[in-house]
Formats: sequence, C-alpha cells, structure tokens
Amino acid sequence: MDFNDTPEEAAYREKVRAWIAENTREYEGLAPPRTNEDFVARQKSWQKKKYDAGYAGITWPKKFGGQGRGPMESIIFSQEEGKSAAPTGLYAIGLGMCIPTVFTHGNQDVIDRFVPVALEGEEIWCQLFSEPAAGSDLAGIRTKAEKDGDEWVINGQKVWTTNAHLCDYGIIVTRTDPSAPKHKGLTMFIVDMHQKGVEARPLKQMSGGASFNEVFFDDVRVPDSWRVGDEGDGWKVALTTLMNERLAVGGKPGGSPDWKMLMDVAKEIETALGPASEQADVREEIAKAYINDRGVKLTQQRALSALSQGKTPGPEQSISKVVVAKQMQELSRLALDLSESQGFVRAPEGSELDKLQSSYFGAAGLRIAGGTDEILRNIIAERVLGLPGDLRPPKDTPFKDIKPL
Amino acid sequence: MNFDFSEDARTLQDAARRVFDETAGPDAARKVMNDDSLHYDEAIWKQAVELGLTAVRIPEAHGGMGLGAEEVCLIAEEIGRGLVPAPLMSSLLFTEALLIAGSEKQQAKWLPGIADGSVIGCVGWGEGGTQLPGSTPDTRMTKDGLSGTKSPVADAPIANVAAVTYAGSDGPSLALVDLSQDDAAVSVVETLDLVRPYGSIELKNAKVEPMGTSGAYQDFLDRAAVLLSFEALGTQEAAMRMAVDYARDRVAFGQRIGRYQGVKHKAADMYIKGELARAHAMHGAWAFSANSPELRQAAAAARTASLDALTFTAEENVQLHGGIGFTWESNCQFYYRRARALSAALGSRGFWSDRLVRSLEQRNAAAA
Repeated sequence: MDFNDTPEEAAYREKVRAWIAENTREYEGLAPPRTNEDFVARQKSWQKKKYDAGYAGITWPKKFGGQGRGPMESIIFSQEEGKSAAPTGLYAIGLGMCIPTVFTHGNQDVIDRFVPVALEGEEIWCQLFSEPAAGSDLAGIRTKAEKDGDEWVINGQKVWTTNAHLCDYGIIVTRTDPSAPKHKGLTMFIVDMHQKGVEARPLKQMSGGASFNEVFFDDVRVPDSWRVGDEGDGWKVALTTLMNERLAVGGKPGGSPDWKMLMDVAKEIETALGPASEQADVREEIAKAYINDRGVKLTQQRALSALSQGKTPGPEQSISKVVVAKQMQELSRLALDLSESQGFVRAPEGSELDKLQSSYFGAAGLRIAGGTDEILRNIIAERVLGLPGDLRPPKDTPFKDIKPL
Repeated sequence: MNFDFSEDARTLQDAARRVFDETAGPDAARKVMNDDSLHYDEAIWKQAVELGLTAVRIPEAHGGMGLGAEEVCLIAEEIGRGLVPAPLMSSLLFTEALLIAGSEKQQAKWLPGIADGSVIGCVGWGEGGTQLPGSTPDTRMTKDGLSGTKSPVADAPIANVAAVTYAGSDGPSLALVDLSQDDAAVSVVETLDLVRPYGSIELKNAKVEPMGTSGAYQDFLDRAAVLLSFEALGTQEAAMRMAVDYARDRVAFGQRIGRYQGVKHKAADMYIKGELARAHAMHGAWAFSANSPELRQAAAAARTASLDALTFTAEENVQLHGGIGFTWESNCQFYYRRARALSAALGSRGFWSDRLVRSLEQRNAAAA
C-alpha cells in the first residue's frame, strides 16, 4: 500500500503544477466578482487558457477536441487546479455532463457545431432536467415537445437549473409521446437559451443566494437536427448525463467547514465548564466529523487507486455524497450552537462563522441536489446490496394513464 | 497511488475465508456455546494453524512466515466474519505485543510455539472494573514479583502465556506471564460472550518479565486497535449479509420486506457505516505497515468507526428479523454478543474517540 503517484503521474503532476502556477498569477488576491458579467468573464478567461494549453477535456477523445488521456491525469489536474487561485465552477455542468452527452449521442453536425466552442469556453451550457413535479422521479417529466415539420415545439417548465441565467445552450429532456410508457416517451434536445419563448427566472434559495432557476418554455422551436439520440430514447441519453453528475456532485464544496474548523472553533469557546474543546460531547462530535470527512476522502482514494491501476472503482464510492451532505449540516449546526448568540448574529463576510452559517444553509440544499439522501440510500440498497425496488405502477402503463397508487 | 491490499495478502485472505466458510460461522459458534466442556473448536484451531494463520507476522527466524501488517489485518477480518470459536485473535494480539515490546530473548522463547500452534497467547489489560486501556492499572510490580488481578482476559483459560499490563514507573506497561506458574492462577469468568472463553488471572508475587517501555505498550494499543477493527469489519459484514438475505426473503403485507424503505434504508446505513469504517481500517493497515506517525490517529479512527458500524449492524440485524431474531435459535445473537465482546476487548468506543481527538490535537499543535 502507498499513497504515492506512479512516476508517470508524478511527472504529469509536476508539469501541470508548474503550468497552473505560471498561469493563475493574475487571479491571486482578487476580490470575488461583483457582477454576473465579471464572474463569467473571469471563468471564461481561465477556460480559454486551459483550452489553448491542451488542458481542457483531458479525458475526452481526441476527435472531439479532447486530450485522450486517462482519468488519473484529469484528476491530477483538478487536484492541482483546486489548490490554486484558478476561477472554476461555471463549466462543471456543461463540460462535465452536457457536452459528453452531446458527443456520445448527438449527430456529427451537432458535434461539430457545439463541442469545440464549448470546450474553448465560448458557450456555456446548462442541464434542463428536473421539473416541479419530477425531482427524484425524474422520468415523470411533463415538458412537451411536439413535432411540427422539421421542427419540434417545446412547452413546459423546468426547475433547479443551475446557472440557466448565465447559459447559452442547454440540453433538455422532454416528453414526446405521452401514450408510451413513462421511460419510453422521452426525447432529448439541445435548446438555445437566448431564444424567444425561453425565460429563466432566478430562484432565490432559503440561503439567500440565487444559483438556480426556474425556466419556462413557451412555444420554443428546435430543429429536429438538434435532437440528441433517437426519438423515445431520452431516458437512456439522460442516464449518460446523470452518470457524469453522480461523479461531479461527490464532495463538499471547496472551503466547507471540516473537523479541523470545528476543533478550532471549539478551542476558542469558553463555557461555564471550561473550553468547549475539552467537553466530552464536543470531542465526540469532533471525532465523528473526522471519521466522516477523512473516511470519505480515504474512500475516494480507494477509487483513485483503482483508476490508477486501470481497474474499475468499487461501489463504495456511492456512500460519499450521502455522508458528506448530512455531515456538513451537523457540523455547522454544532459549531453554531457552541457559538451561542454570536453564531446567530449575521457574521462578517469571509469569517469562519460566516462559512459555518452559509454551510448550514448550503447543506440543506446539498442533501437534495444530485440525488436526495433517500434516493441515494435506495440506490445503495438496491444496486449494491441487491434488495428489491419499490412497488411501482406496471412498467408498460402509458404515461398519460398513470394514476397514483 | 495504491491504497489497496497486495495480491499476496488477498490470496492469503481467500485461503482463510475458504477454511472458515467450511468450518466456522454461526453453527460452529453454537456448538461451542452449547457445550460447557468446550472452550474452543480444536479442529478449526488445527486447520488455522496448518494454514499458518498464527505464524504470519512471526519472523522466519522464529519459525514464522515473516509477513506484514496487510496480511494479518485481512486474517483478522476473516476471523471476524467467521465468528471463529478458536483463540486466534488472542494469539495474534499476543504476537504483536511481543513483536513491539518483547526482547529478542522473549521473542525467541515464545514465538516459535505461537507459530506452530503449540502455544496459545493472550493479552490482559482489564481488572474487572471500569479501567481504560490507558489508565494506570492496580497491578503492581514489587521486588517480590507482580501482584494483581487481570480480568476478563479473552482465552486465558486455554492460554499458555499472557502479556498483561501493570503500573510501570511512567504509565501502564506490559509484562510477560507464563501461565503454567503456580503464582498465576487462572479461573473462568462468565461474560456476555458465550462463544470464546474468558478468564481471570490472579497474580500473587508472580515471577514475570517486564516487556518493553510504557511507550511500547502505547504502540501496541495502536496495532491491536487496527487488528480488532478488521475483526469487527468482518463480523459487521457477515451480520449485514444476514440482514440483507432475510430482507430479500421475508414477505409481509404481500411483498418482500426489503422493498420497504424503512427496511432498505437501514440496510443502506449498515453499508455506509461499514465502508466508512473500512476506509479507516485500511488507513490503519497502511499506517501500521509503514510505521507512519499517523498510526495513532488512524488506529483510533478505525477502532471507533468499526465499533460504530458493528454495533449499529448487530442491533439492526435483530430488529430487521423481528421476533424470530430475538430467539435463542436465531443466529442474530452471535453478532449482537460479538459486538459487545469487541467493544469490551480493548476499551470501548469513548476511550478511542477521545484518543483520536487527542492525537489530532497533538498533530495540529505540532504542525502549527
């Protein structure tokens, strides 16, 4: 056992580290962007640099403009990028989920038109899947697409669409045949987010932030050539995207409170019984936090080891998000409790308490995003442990005839 | 990066698993439980010894296989999975005590017997009260010898030699006791574990040899914690398997109970806790084999997480089985009892979670 890079990995890491250091100087010490335009401009400039230097689409096949390298190189790059001042995040969904779906299932014209521009960072993408009545039960979506000559006409509403207000294009899953069974009547399209009839309204979250949107489609016309995959194959296509999502929504947001922050906070807090960090119940929570935080990291290292050896990671990776999200909520809550009224008063921006306050609210969202705690437990129980699935309406029932059991 | 066990270690694990699949498990445990005259299953012990399971960590010069921590950790996991009714864990823990704290002479005297199975070793740290593995024992060394009572000591009634703790000049330390001596009297102690035998070792001015420093004893605790974590993991996985198999089979209200989320989410939680514990136990195995400064925190985290996983799984396994799980005839009790035995084996969860936080504090202070 060891935690070391192979010689090849070490050489690659050395190379990208030097390149990243050289190319992220201009972002060091910058204040957070004040406007959406600033935010997008900064993200675009970094994506362009990566593209020009051959660090974009590291695992993508060369014919799609990628580098055709293995997952370890991509992970190494992300690790080093994460340690730097590089402005990242805006492209995670587009390049991590949407475009791989496009180049896996789209026609050649669509690939030529969209893939290189997206990789260069010129066009930003979002994923239009969830709906007000279809969250965990994603295949229950109702947004309609009806054929009209060489075009499709889309009507309906999507929701929880991250960054829709900043995006140029999206992939949208629609119901094209309500008389087909639930999973069979779906079709995926590319949609222009600036087009007439598309309206993205930011949704204000309980945390106060607004990174999600509800998106309305009112007679939005899409050419048949922008269909991704066959008519009726939308579920299969969506699974490609979701497989990529589960990998992406794995860890905690960078800079989130961890066991060490809890320990530091507890040390500073004087209670009637002495420093909070000396109290048995608090120490117990610090131990729990370490076990969860470090346990998830070690579990990820097991997966990385498998990748590094050219093997397929085991199912243990499936525990990460469900552990991380709840842990983030519990840890922040405990630290705020320990801070008593100081933890309740709005803390100065950027302070430790501010991080704890926002992570307490962020955690409530993270427990839902990308598969709720409950859905993830279903998946572990059914796919890993082999327990039977929930009873559902017969699989061949036409979607329009499904009634609640 | 290669955060996984070596092929060689896996091969040895598979061999141990095959033997225990055939010979050990709940039925073998029940046989020993039901027969008061039986302290362990001699046939299983013989097979395990033949396979070299007591010899893995013993240097070749002392008749062993000279293998590393990875191998012995995976063997501990299989002992746990099989609820093995034989004094294997005790001999493995005794071996670690001797390797880390024993002199060359002490090793030469005892290790060959452990390797060939003619000697059974055990480790005694408790004194029948609320002692913790880190607190100073009442057992004292005077010029006349060692006096005190160690209890409950796993496998003491069948062991030939023990490593016991006493109040050393600067904290708890280990001493080596030949149990054939008249000044070391062993009597059977009944515990909640009805499968493995426990004893009390009464020492009256016993002629013993000190074994290493108090520091060596602390190092032993880390290594023992890692081994016990793997044993707990093996037991936990077996209990989880039992629960899942039942949930796939049992029908209530016209469907398999595994369909109900109230049931399947419990099963998922068993898996989640088990995999978290496994990650820490593997970290412990790595730190043990690399002799890393991270061993103290890794071992404490592994022990804490593995007890969490095992306790949860053992309790919910009974719950998932419903009334039948509460009967004497059900095998649920073996996992439920083993969870108690493993918790009591070397200071329960609270001791280790506190040791974890203490070592994290020390590392943070050193890094600052």
